[in-house]
Amino acid sequence: MPEQEAASTISARGLTRTFGSHIAVNGITLELKRGEVLGFLGPNGAGKTTTMHMLTGNLAPSRGEIRICGIDLLEDPSAAKARIGYLPEVPPLYRELTVDEYLRLAAKLHRVPRARRGAAVATAKQRCGLAETGARLIGTLSKGYQQRVGIAQAIIHSPDVVVLDEPTIGLDPNQIRDIRALIRELGGAHSVILSTHILPEVEAVCDRVQIMHHGELVYSDTIAALKQFERGATVLVGLRRAPPVAELAALPGIAAADAVEPTLYRIQFAAGEDPTDALVKTAAARDWGLYQLKPAQTSLEDVFVHLTRSEEQEG
Amino acid sequence: MILTIAGKELRTLFASPLAWVVLTVMQLVVGYAFLRRLDDFLQLQPQLAQMASPPGVTDLVAGPVFGTAAAVLLFAVPVLAMRLIAEERRNQTMVLLMSAPVSMSEIVLGKFAGLTAFLAGIVALTVLMPLSLAGTARLDYGMLAALVAGLLLLAAAFAAVSLFVSCLTVHPVVAAIGAFAALLGMVLAGEAAGEGLRARGWTVAASLTQVFSPIKSFEPFGRGLFDSYAAACLVLLTALALALAIRQLDAQRLRG
Repeated sequence: MPEQEAASTISARGLTRTFGSHIAVNGITLELKRGEVLGFLGPNGAGKTTTMHMLTGNLAPSRGEIRICGIDLLEDPSAAKARIGYLPEVPPLYRELTVDEYLRLAAKLHRVPRARRGAAVATAKQRCGLAETGARLIGTLSKGYQQRVGIAQAIIHSPDVVVLDEPTIGLDPNQIRDIRALIRELGGAHSVILSTHILPEVEAVCDRVQIMHHGELVYSDTIAALKQFERGATVLVGLRRAPPVAELAALPGIAAADAVEPTLYRIQFAAGEDPTDALVKTAAARDWGLYQLKPAQTSLEDVFVHLTRSEEQEG
Repeated sequence: MILTIAGKELRTLFASPLAWVVLTVMQLVVGYAFLRRLDDFLQLQPQLAQMASPPGVTDLVAGPVFGTAAAVLLFAVPVLAMRLIAEERRNQTMVLLMSAPVSMSEIVLGKFAGLTAFLAGIVALTVLMPLSLAGTARLDYGMLAALVAGLLLLAAAFAAVSLFVSCLTVHPVVAAIGAFAALLGMVLAGEAAGEGLRARGWTVAASLTQVFSPIKSFEPFGRGLFDSYAAACLVLLTALALALAIRQLDAQRLRG
Protein backbone atom coordinates (compact mmCIF):
# COMPACT_ATOMS: atom_id res chain seq x y z
CA MET A 1 0.00 0.00 0.00
CA PRO A 2 1.91 3.02 -1.24
CA GLU A 3 0.01 5.70 0.77
CA GLN A 4 0.83 3.90 3.97
CA GLU A 5 4.47 3.69 2.96
CA ALA A 6 4.60 7.43 2.48
CA ALA A 7 2.77 8.10 5.73
CA SER A 8 5.23 6.16 7.86
CA THR A 9 8.25 8.14 8.98
CA ILE A 10 10.23 5.23 10.36
CA SER A 11 9.90 1.73 9.08
CA ALA A 12 12.36 -0.85 10.33
CA ARG A 13 12.16 -4.49 9.36
CA GLY A 14 13.89 -7.48 10.91
CA LEU A 15 16.34 -5.31 12.77
CA THR A 16 19.00 -7.48 14.41
CA ARG A 17 22.18 -6.54 16.19
CA THR A 18 24.70 -8.95 17.63
CA PHE A 19 27.79 -8.19 19.66
CA GLY A 20 29.96 -11.25 19.21
CA SER A 21 27.72 -14.14 20.25
CA HIS A 22 25.41 -11.91 22.29
CA ILE A 23 22.19 -10.98 20.52
CA ALA A 24 21.27 -7.51 21.75
CA VAL A 25 18.35 -6.94 19.41
CA ASN A 26 16.59 -9.74 17.61
CA GLY A 27 14.42 -9.18 14.54
CA ILE A 28 12.57 -6.05 15.62
CA THR A 29 9.98 -4.58 13.32
CA LEU A 30 8.95 -1.04 13.99
CA GLU A 31 6.56 1.24 12.18
CA LEU A 32 5.93 4.85 13.03
CA LYS A 33 3.30 6.99 11.34
CA ARG A 34 3.46 10.74 10.91
CA GLY A 35 2.18 12.58 13.94
CA GLU A 36 2.36 9.55 16.19
CA VAL A 37 4.07 9.33 19.57
CA LEU A 38 5.44 5.86 20.23
CA GLY A 39 6.36 4.79 23.74
CA PHE A 40 9.31 2.43 23.77
CA LEU A 41 9.50 0.42 26.96
CA GLY A 42 11.52 -2.36 28.41
CA PRO A 43 13.56 -3.26 31.46
CA ASN A 44 17.22 -2.22 31.61
CA GLY A 45 19.32 -4.12 29.14
CA ALA A 46 16.38 -5.03 26.92
CA GLY A 47 18.04 -3.48 23.86
CA LYS A 48 16.18 -0.17 23.69
CA THR A 49 19.25 2.02 23.45
CA THR A 50 20.85 -0.31 20.91
CA THR A 51 17.70 -0.09 18.81
CA MET A 52 17.67 3.70 19.00
CA HIS A 53 21.34 3.83 18.08
CA MET A 54 20.55 1.80 14.99
CA LEU A 55 17.53 3.91 14.05
CA THR A 56 19.63 7.08 14.23
CA GLY A 57 22.58 5.70 12.29
CA ASN A 58 25.01 5.59 15.20
CA LEU A 59 25.31 1.83 14.97
CA ALA A 60 25.04 -0.35 11.90
CA PRO A 61 22.52 -3.20 12.23
CA SER A 62 23.80 -6.73 11.73
CA ARG A 63 20.69 -7.54 9.68
CA GLY A 64 17.53 -5.79 8.63
CA GLU A 65 16.62 -2.54 6.94
CA ILE A 66 15.66 0.90 8.16
CA ARG A 67 13.76 3.45 6.12
CA ILE A 68 13.33 7.04 7.24
CA CYS A 69 10.48 8.66 5.28
CA GLY A 70 11.12 6.07 2.58
CA ILE A 71 14.88 6.73 2.40
CA ASP A 72 17.13 3.78 3.15
CA LEU A 73 19.33 4.74 6.11
CA LEU A 74 22.13 2.41 5.05
CA GLU A 75 22.21 3.41 1.39
CA ASP A 76 21.76 7.16 1.74
CA PRO A 77 22.71 7.96 5.35
CA SER A 78 23.04 11.72 4.85
CA ALA A 79 19.57 12.25 3.42
CA ALA A 80 18.01 9.93 6.00
CA LYS A 81 19.85 11.43 8.98
CA ALA A 82 18.77 14.94 7.96
CA ARG A 83 15.22 13.86 8.87
CA ILE A 84 16.00 12.56 12.36
CA GLY A 85 16.65 14.39 15.59
CA TYR A 86 18.15 12.32 18.38
CA LEU A 87 18.54 12.94 22.07
CA PRO A 88 20.62 10.06 23.48
CA GLU A 89 20.55 9.01 27.11
CA VAL A 90 23.54 11.24 27.85
CA PRO A 91 22.90 14.53 26.02
CA PRO A 92 25.80 15.20 23.61
CA LEU A 93 26.66 18.65 24.94
CA TYR A 94 29.89 20.59 24.66
CA ARG A 95 30.22 22.05 28.13
CA GLU A 96 32.64 24.74 27.00
CA LEU A 97 30.22 26.33 24.51
CA THR A 98 27.35 28.67 25.28
CA VAL A 99 23.79 27.54 24.56
CA ASP A 100 23.60 29.82 21.51
CA GLU A 101 26.95 28.68 20.10
CA TYR A 102 26.02 25.07 20.63
CA LEU A 103 22.59 25.33 19.03
CA ARG A 104 24.02 27.24 16.08
CA LEU A 105 26.59 24.46 15.64
CA ALA A 106 23.83 21.84 15.79
CA ALA A 107 21.85 23.79 13.18
CA LYS A 108 24.90 23.98 10.89
CA LEU A 109 25.64 20.29 11.31
CA HIS A 110 22.05 19.49 10.38
CA ARG A 111 22.39 21.63 7.27
CA VAL A 112 19.87 24.29 8.22
CA PRO A 113 20.41 26.99 5.56
CA ARG A 114 22.29 30.06 6.81
CA ALA A 115 19.29 32.36 6.32
CA ARG A 116 17.04 30.24 8.56
CA ARG A 117 19.64 29.40 11.21
CA GLY A 118 18.93 32.32 13.53
CA ALA A 119 15.20 31.68 13.45
CA ALA A 120 15.72 27.93 13.99
CA VAL A 121 17.85 28.58 17.08
CA ALA A 122 15.32 31.08 18.45
CA THR A 123 12.38 28.72 17.87
CA ALA A 124 14.12 25.74 19.46
CA LYS A 125 15.10 27.85 22.47
CA GLN A 126 11.61 29.19 22.89
CA ARG A 127 10.02 25.75 22.62
CA CYS A 128 12.36 24.29 25.23
CA GLY A 129 12.14 27.25 27.62
CA LEU A 130 15.73 28.36 27.04
CA ALA A 131 14.97 31.91 25.93
CA GLU A 132 16.93 33.50 28.79
CA THR A 133 19.88 31.11 28.96
CA GLY A 134 21.32 31.70 25.48
CA ALA A 135 24.53 33.37 26.62
CA ARG A 136 25.35 30.94 29.41
CA LEU A 137 27.95 28.20 29.19
CA ILE A 138 26.35 24.77 28.98
CA GLY A 139 28.71 23.47 31.66
CA THR A 140 27.26 25.90 34.22
CA LEU A 141 23.62 24.95 33.59
CA SER A 142 21.69 22.66 35.91
CA LYS A 143 20.94 19.12 34.80
CA GLY A 144 17.37 20.01 33.88
CA TYR A 145 18.47 22.86 31.65
CA GLN A 146 21.16 20.72 30.05
CA GLN A 147 18.45 18.19 29.27
CA ARG A 148 16.43 20.96 27.60
CA VAL A 149 19.43 21.98 25.52
CA GLY A 150 19.68 18.33 24.47
CA ILE A 151 16.05 18.36 23.36
CA ALA A 152 16.50 21.72 21.59
CA GLN A 153 19.41 20.20 19.68
CA ALA A 154 17.22 17.29 18.56
CA ILE A 155 14.41 19.48 17.18
CA ILE A 156 16.41 22.39 15.77
CA HIS A 157 16.12 21.28 12.15
CA SER A 158 12.43 20.39 12.60
CA PRO A 159 13.04 16.75 11.69
CA ASP A 160 10.29 14.35 10.66
CA VAL A 161 11.24 11.96 13.44
CA VAL A 162 12.42 12.86 16.92
CA VAL A 163 13.99 10.05 18.94
CA LEU A 164 14.20 10.77 22.66
CA ASP A 165 15.97 8.44 25.06
CA GLU A 166 14.69 9.11 28.58
CA PRO A 167 14.14 12.84 28.10
CA THR A 168 12.62 13.60 31.51
CA ILE A 169 15.30 12.00 33.64
CA GLY A 170 16.68 14.39 36.26
CA LEU A 171 13.99 17.02 35.79
CA ASP A 172 11.77 18.49 38.48
CA PRO A 173 8.00 17.85 38.31
CA ASN A 174 7.26 21.21 36.68
CA GLN A 175 9.89 20.68 34.02
CA ILE A 176 8.59 17.17 33.42
CA ARG A 177 5.14 18.63 32.75
CA ASP A 178 6.64 21.15 30.33
CA ILE A 179 8.62 18.50 28.50
CA ARG A 180 5.59 16.22 28.26
CA ALA A 181 3.56 19.06 26.82
CA LEU A 182 6.40 19.69 24.37
CA ILE A 183 6.46 16.04 23.34
CA ARG A 184 2.69 16.09 22.75
CA GLU A 185 3.14 19.25 20.72
CA LEU A 186 5.95 17.66 18.69
CA GLY A 187 3.68 14.72 18.03
CA GLY A 188 1.46 17.05 16.00
CA ALA A 189 3.83 17.70 13.11
CA HIS A 190 6.67 15.23 13.74
CA SER A 191 6.63 11.67 14.92
CA VAL A 192 8.27 10.90 18.21
CA ILE A 193 9.85 7.78 19.65
CA LEU A 194 10.05 8.06 23.40
CA SER A 195 12.03 5.62 25.47
CA THR A 196 11.38 5.73 29.16
CA HIS A 197 11.02 3.81 32.39
CA ILE A 198 8.33 6.10 33.69
CA LEU A 199 5.11 4.32 32.79
CA PRO A 200 2.63 7.10 33.64
CA GLU A 201 4.59 9.25 31.20
CA VAL A 202 3.84 6.80 28.43
CA GLU A 203 0.17 6.67 29.37
CA ALA A 204 0.09 10.46 29.39
CA VAL A 205 1.73 11.25 26.06
CA CYS A 206 1.94 8.19 23.80
CA ASP A 207 -0.46 6.94 21.17
CA ARG A 208 1.12 3.56 20.92
CA VAL A 209 3.35 1.33 23.05
CA GLN A 210 6.00 -1.19 22.20
CA ILE A 211 7.59 -3.25 24.91
CA MET A 212 10.97 -4.88 24.42
CA HIS A 213 12.36 -7.70 26.44
CA HIS A 214 15.58 -9.64 25.91
CA GLY A 215 16.10 -7.98 22.55
CA GLU A 216 12.67 -8.91 21.21
CA LEU A 217 9.44 -7.05 20.80
CA VAL A 218 6.94 -8.64 23.19
CA TYR A 219 4.09 -6.16 22.87
CA SER A 220 2.95 -3.59 20.37
CA ASP A 221 -0.44 -1.93 20.48
CA THR A 222 -2.25 1.33 21.09
CA ILE A 223 -2.67 2.74 24.57
CA ALA A 224 -6.44 2.30 24.28
CA ALA A 225 -6.09 -1.40 23.53
CA LEU A 226 -3.60 -1.76 26.32
CA LYS A 227 -6.20 -0.94 28.91
CA GLN A 228 -8.19 -4.02 28.04
CA PHE A 229 -5.10 -6.14 27.71
CA GLU A 230 -5.60 -9.84 28.12
CA ARG A 231 -7.61 -9.94 31.31
CA GLY A 232 -11.29 -9.55 31.97
CA ALA A 233 -12.55 -6.49 33.78
CA THR A 234 -11.58 -5.88 37.38
CA VAL A 235 -13.44 -4.02 40.12
CA LEU A 236 -12.40 -2.75 43.49
CA VAL A 237 -14.99 -3.52 46.17
CA GLY A 238 -15.03 -2.01 49.65
CA LEU A 239 -16.83 -4.13 52.25
CA ARG A 240 -17.07 -3.15 55.91
CA ARG A 241 -17.99 -6.61 57.15
CA ALA A 242 -16.36 -8.76 54.56
CA PRO A 243 -16.66 -12.55 54.38
CA PRO A 244 -13.51 -14.67 53.91
CA VAL A 245 -11.84 -14.08 50.52
CA ALA A 246 -12.60 -17.65 49.49
CA GLU A 247 -16.33 -16.97 49.81
CA LEU A 248 -16.02 -13.97 47.48
CA ALA A 249 -13.99 -15.89 44.96
CA ALA A 250 -16.55 -18.69 44.99
CA LEU A 251 -19.38 -16.42 43.76
CA PRO A 252 -20.58 -17.19 40.22
CA GLY A 253 -18.85 -15.27 37.40
CA ILE A 254 -15.86 -14.28 39.49
CA ALA A 255 -12.45 -15.57 38.50
CA ALA A 256 -10.36 -14.36 41.40
CA ALA A 257 -10.50 -12.16 44.46
CA ASP A 258 -7.79 -10.82 46.70
CA ALA A 259 -7.56 -8.34 49.53
CA VAL A 260 -5.82 -5.05 48.71
CA GLU A 261 -6.47 -3.57 52.15
CA PRO A 262 -8.36 -5.07 55.12
CA THR A 263 -11.71 -3.84 53.76
CA LEU A 264 -10.86 -3.39 50.08
CA TYR A 265 -10.91 -6.26 47.63
CA ARG A 266 -9.84 -6.58 44.04
CA ILE A 267 -12.25 -8.83 42.20
CA GLN A 268 -11.53 -10.12 38.75
CA PHE A 269 -14.46 -11.19 36.64
CA ALA A 270 -14.32 -14.26 34.52
CA ALA A 271 -13.78 -13.43 30.84
CA GLY A 272 -16.94 -12.22 29.10
CA GLU A 273 -19.08 -11.97 32.23
CA ASP A 274 -20.26 -9.00 34.24
CA PRO A 275 -21.61 -10.16 37.59
CA THR A 276 -21.59 -6.64 39.13
CA ASP A 277 -25.35 -6.65 39.64
CA ALA A 278 -25.31 -10.07 41.30
CA LEU A 279 -22.39 -8.98 43.45
CA VAL A 280 -24.26 -5.94 44.78
CA LYS A 281 -27.38 -8.03 45.50
CA THR A 282 -25.38 -10.66 47.34
CA ALA A 283 -23.56 -8.03 49.37
CA ALA A 284 -26.87 -6.47 50.42
CA ALA A 285 -28.50 -9.82 51.20
CA ARG A 286 -25.61 -11.07 53.31
CA ASP A 287 -25.06 -7.67 54.99
CA TRP A 288 -21.41 -7.23 54.00
CA GLY A 289 -21.58 -3.45 54.35
CA LEU A 290 -20.77 -2.49 50.77
CA TYR A 291 -19.44 1.10 50.68
CA GLN A 292 -17.42 1.29 47.48
CA LEU A 293 -17.52 -0.23 44.03
CA LYS A 294 -15.09 1.03 41.46
CA PRO A 295 -13.92 -0.40 38.14
CA ALA A 296 -10.14 -0.83 38.08
CA GLN A 297 -8.34 -0.38 34.79
CA THR A 298 -5.46 -2.54 33.80
CA SER A 299 -2.51 -0.24 34.15
CA LEU A 300 0.47 -0.20 31.87
CA GLU A 301 2.51 -1.26 34.83
CA ASP A 302 0.51 -4.48 35.18
CA VAL A 303 1.06 -5.29 31.52
CA PHE A 304 4.72 -4.41 31.67
CA VAL A 305 5.38 -6.53 34.73
CA HIS A 306 3.28 -9.36 33.37
CA LEU A 307 5.12 -9.46 30.04
CA THR A 308 8.65 -8.98 31.25
CA ARG A 309 8.31 -11.24 34.29
CA SER A 310 6.51 -14.14 32.62
CA GLU A 311 9.13 -14.17 29.87
CA GLU A 312 11.83 -14.48 32.45
CA GLN A 313 10.17 -17.46 34.05
CA GLU A 314 9.80 -19.24 30.72
CA GLY A 315 13.32 -18.53 29.60
CA MET B 1 30.62 20.77 6.57
CA ILE B 2 34.35 20.16 7.00
CA LEU B 3 34.77 23.85 7.80
CA THR B 4 31.92 23.72 10.33
CA ILE B 5 33.60 20.89 12.21
CA ALA B 6 37.02 22.53 11.90
CA GLY B 7 35.58 25.76 13.29
CA LYS B 8 33.99 23.89 16.16
CA GLU B 9 37.31 22.20 16.97
CA LEU B 10 39.15 25.51 17.02
CA ARG B 11 36.48 27.12 19.19
CA THR B 12 36.44 24.32 21.77
CA LEU B 13 40.25 24.17 21.68
CA PHE B 14 40.56 27.82 22.64
CA ALA B 15 37.77 27.47 25.21
CA SER B 16 39.93 24.96 27.10
CA PRO B 17 43.10 25.92 28.97
CA LEU B 18 44.98 23.23 27.03
CA ALA B 19 45.49 25.32 23.91
CA TRP B 20 46.82 28.27 25.90
CA VAL B 21 49.16 26.10 27.96
CA VAL B 22 50.55 24.51 24.80
CA LEU B 23 50.99 27.90 23.14
CA THR B 24 52.74 29.29 26.22
CA VAL B 25 55.12 26.36 26.56
CA MET B 26 55.80 26.43 22.85
CA GLN B 27 56.62 30.16 22.93
CA LEU B 28 58.84 29.78 25.99
CA VAL B 29 60.86 26.89 24.60
CA VAL B 30 61.14 28.24 21.05
CA GLY B 31 61.79 31.76 22.31
CA TYR B 32 64.59 30.51 24.55
CA ALA B 33 66.12 28.54 21.67
CA PHE B 34 65.90 31.62 19.45
CA LEU B 35 67.63 33.94 21.93
CA ARG B 36 70.26 31.33 22.69
CA ARG B 37 71.06 30.86 19.02
CA LEU B 38 71.10 34.59 18.43
CA ASP B 39 73.57 35.00 21.25
CA ASP B 40 75.81 32.29 19.79
CA PHE B 41 75.58 33.92 16.39
CA LEU B 42 76.66 37.33 17.76
CA GLN B 43 79.66 35.78 19.48
CA LEU B 44 80.63 33.89 16.34
CA GLN B 45 80.31 36.93 14.10
CA PRO B 46 84.01 38.02 14.16
CA GLN B 47 85.10 34.54 13.02
CA LEU B 48 82.32 34.34 10.44
CA ALA B 49 83.48 37.64 8.95
CA GLN B 50 86.82 36.05 8.03
CA MET B 51 85.20 33.14 6.13
CA ALA B 52 84.92 33.23 2.34
CA SER B 53 81.19 32.37 2.20
CA PRO B 54 79.93 32.42 5.77
CA PRO B 55 76.59 30.84 6.74
CA GLY B 56 73.98 33.55 7.26
CA VAL B 57 71.78 34.34 10.21
CA THR B 58 68.97 32.28 8.70
CA ASP B 59 71.19 29.16 8.62
CA LEU B 60 72.54 29.61 12.10
CA VAL B 61 69.46 30.92 13.90
CA ALA B 62 66.24 30.14 12.03
CA GLY B 63 67.20 26.55 11.11
CA PRO B 64 67.86 25.38 14.68
CA VAL B 65 64.83 27.30 15.99
CA PHE B 66 62.58 25.40 13.59
CA GLY B 67 64.32 22.18 14.64
CA THR B 68 63.41 22.95 18.25
CA ALA B 69 59.83 23.76 17.23
CA ALA B 70 59.61 20.39 15.45
CA ALA B 71 60.82 18.61 18.59
CA VAL B 72 58.28 20.43 20.79
CA LEU B 73 55.50 19.58 18.33
CA LEU B 74 56.37 15.92 18.80
CA PHE B 75 55.14 16.31 22.40
CA ALA B 76 52.46 18.93 21.87
CA VAL B 77 50.49 17.45 18.96
CA PRO B 78 49.56 14.17 20.70
CA VAL B 79 48.22 16.17 23.65
CA LEU B 80 46.21 18.48 21.40
CA ALA B 81 44.92 15.60 19.30
CA MET B 82 43.81 13.36 22.17
CA ARG B 83 40.66 15.46 22.50
CA LEU B 84 39.64 15.04 18.89
CA ILE B 85 37.96 11.65 18.95
CA ALA B 86 38.80 9.93 22.25
CA GLU B 87 37.44 12.73 24.41
CA GLU B 88 34.32 13.12 22.29
CA ARG B 89 33.59 9.45 22.65
CA ARG B 90 34.30 9.52 26.36
CA ASN B 91 31.95 12.48 26.90
CA GLN B 92 29.47 10.82 24.53
CA THR B 93 29.31 13.94 22.39
CA MET B 94 30.33 12.00 19.30
CA VAL B 95 26.64 11.09 18.94
CA LEU B 96 25.90 14.67 17.88
CA LEU B 97 28.22 14.33 14.89
CA MET B 98 27.22 10.75 14.12
CA SER B 99 23.48 11.52 14.13
CA ALA B 100 23.93 14.58 11.95
CA PRO B 101 23.92 14.19 8.17
CA VAL B 102 27.73 14.21 8.08
CA SER B 103 29.92 11.45 6.70
CA MET B 104 32.82 9.88 8.57
CA SER B 105 35.27 11.40 6.11
CA GLU B 106 33.87 14.85 6.80
CA ILE B 107 34.18 14.32 10.55
CA VAL B 108 37.80 13.15 10.29
CA LEU B 109 38.85 15.78 7.74
CA GLY B 110 37.10 18.53 9.69
CA LYS B 111 38.86 17.60 12.89
CA PHE B 112 42.17 17.31 11.08
CA ALA B 113 41.67 20.71 9.45
CA GLY B 114 40.82 22.31 12.78
CA LEU B 115 43.92 20.97 14.50
CA THR B 116 46.15 21.79 11.52
CA ALA B 117 44.86 25.36 11.50
CA PHE B 118 45.84 25.66 15.15
CA LEU B 119 49.27 24.20 14.39
CA ALA B 120 49.65 26.63 11.49
CA GLY B 121 49.22 29.37 14.10
CA ILE B 122 52.11 27.87 16.06
CA VAL B 123 54.24 27.80 12.90
CA ALA B 124 53.34 31.44 12.26
CA LEU B 125 54.40 32.39 15.79
CA THR B 126 57.66 30.52 15.27
CA VAL B 127 58.51 32.24 12.01
CA LEU B 128 57.83 35.63 13.60
CA MET B 129 60.95 35.23 15.74
CA PRO B 130 63.53 35.12 12.93
CA LEU B 131 61.42 37.65 11.02
CA SER B 132 61.93 40.10 13.88
CA LEU B 133 65.55 40.36 12.72
CA ALA B 134 64.45 41.55 9.27
CA GLY B 135 65.33 45.18 10.03
CA THR B 136 68.86 44.50 11.25
CA ALA B 137 70.07 41.48 9.30
CA ARG B 138 69.88 40.10 5.79
CA LEU B 139 67.47 37.17 5.92
CA ASP B 140 67.34 34.33 3.41
CA TYR B 141 63.59 34.38 2.66
CA GLY B 142 63.82 31.34 0.43
CA MET B 143 65.20 29.31 3.29
CA LEU B 144 62.55 30.66 5.67
CA ALA B 145 59.87 29.62 3.19
CA ALA B 146 61.32 26.10 3.05
CA LEU B 147 61.41 25.96 6.86
CA VAL B 148 57.78 27.07 7.13
CA ALA B 149 56.66 24.58 4.47
CA GLY B 150 58.60 21.77 6.12
CA LEU B 151 57.27 22.51 9.61
CA LEU B 152 53.69 22.77 8.32
CA LEU B 153 53.93 19.42 6.53
CA LEU B 154 55.53 17.86 9.59
CA ALA B 155 52.84 19.27 11.90
CA ALA B 156 50.11 17.97 9.58
CA ALA B 157 51.68 14.50 9.56
CA PHE B 158 51.94 14.50 13.37
CA ALA B 159 48.31 15.66 13.59
CA ALA B 160 47.07 12.92 11.24
CA VAL B 161 48.93 10.15 13.06
CA SER B 162 47.76 11.43 16.47
CA LEU B 163 44.18 11.69 15.16
CA PHE B 164 44.28 8.07 14.07
CA VAL B 165 45.55 6.95 17.49
CA SER B 166 42.79 9.06 19.07
CA CYS B 167 40.25 6.91 17.18
CA LEU B 168 41.55 3.74 18.78
CA THR B 169 40.64 4.43 22.39
CA VAL B 170 38.08 6.26 24.52
CA HIS B 171 40.68 7.36 27.09
CA PRO B 172 42.16 10.73 26.11
CA VAL B 173 45.33 10.15 28.16
CA VAL B 174 45.90 6.77 26.55
CA ALA B 175 45.38 8.45 23.18
CA ALA B 176 47.99 11.11 23.98
CA ILE B 177 50.58 8.64 25.23
CA GLY B 178 49.82 6.23 22.40
CA ALA B 179 50.20 8.95 19.79
CA PHE B 180 53.45 10.12 21.32
CA ALA B 181 54.76 6.54 21.39
CA ALA B 182 53.69 6.05 17.78
CA LEU B 183 55.46 9.22 16.62
CA LEU B 184 58.60 8.51 18.60
CA GLY B 185 58.58 4.88 17.48
CA MET B 186 58.30 6.00 13.88
CA VAL B 187 61.22 8.38 14.28
CA LEU B 188 63.44 5.68 15.80
CA ALA B 189 62.30 2.62 13.85
CA GLY B 190 62.10 4.49 10.53
CA GLU B 191 65.68 5.62 10.95
CA ALA B 192 66.97 2.20 11.97
CA ALA B 193 65.05 0.35 9.26
CA GLY B 194 66.30 2.80 6.64
CA GLU B 195 69.90 2.29 7.65
CA GLY B 196 69.55 -1.48 7.88
CA LEU B 197 68.02 -1.75 4.43
CA ARG B 198 70.56 0.60 2.89
CA ALA B 199 73.40 -1.48 4.37
CA ARG B 200 71.97 -4.51 2.56
CA GLY B 201 71.89 -2.51 -0.64
CA TRP B 202 68.06 -2.30 -0.87
CA THR B 203 68.02 1.39 -1.63
CA VAL B 204 64.43 1.59 -2.93
CA ALA B 205 63.03 -0.09 0.17
CA ALA B 206 65.27 2.11 2.30
CA SER B 207 63.95 5.29 0.73
CA LEU B 208 60.37 4.03 1.16
CA THR B 209 60.87 3.75 4.93
CA GLN B 210 61.25 7.51 4.90
CA VAL B 211 57.44 7.70 4.66
CA PHE B 212 57.30 6.45 8.24
CA SER B 213 60.09 8.68 9.44
CA PRO B 214 58.61 12.19 9.43
CA ILE B 215 61.55 13.79 11.28
CA LYS B 216 63.92 12.44 8.62
CA SER B 217 61.70 13.99 5.96
CA PHE B 218 61.88 17.30 7.82
CA GLU B 219 65.71 17.37 7.77
CA PRO B 220 66.19 18.67 4.20
CA PHE B 221 63.70 21.46 4.93
CA GLY B 222 65.75 22.28 8.01
CA ARG B 223 68.73 22.93 5.74
CA GLY B 224 66.58 25.18 3.57
CA LEU B 225 66.05 22.60 0.88
CA PHE B 226 62.56 22.08 -0.55
CA ASP B 227 62.94 18.34 -1.14
CA SER B 228 59.95 17.16 -3.17
CA TYR B 229 60.55 13.52 -2.22
CA ALA B 230 60.53 14.40 1.49
CA ALA B 231 57.41 16.51 0.98
CA ALA B 232 55.73 13.61 -0.83
CA CYS B 233 56.65 11.29 2.07
CA LEU B 234 55.05 13.62 4.60
CA VAL B 235 51.89 14.07 2.52
CA LEU B 236 51.66 10.33 1.99
CA LEU B 237 51.97 9.66 5.73
CA THR B 238 49.28 12.25 6.44
CA ALA B 239 46.90 10.77 3.86
CA LEU B 240 47.54 7.23 5.07
CA ALA B 241 46.85 8.10 8.70
CA LEU B 242 43.65 9.98 7.78
CA ALA B 243 42.40 7.08 5.65
CA LEU B 244 43.06 4.69 8.53
CA ALA B 245 41.20 7.01 10.92
CA ILE B 246 38.13 7.08 8.66
CA ARG B 247 38.22 3.30 8.30
CA GLN B 248 38.58 2.89 12.05
CA LEU B 249 35.53 5.06 12.80
CA ASP B 250 33.49 3.25 10.17
CA ALA B 251 34.50 -0.08 11.67
CA GLN B 252 33.41 1.13 15.09
CA ARG B 253 29.97 1.93 13.74
CA LEU B 254 29.76 -1.59 12.39
CA ARG B 255 31.24 -3.29 15.41
CA GLY B 256 29.58 -1.18 18.07
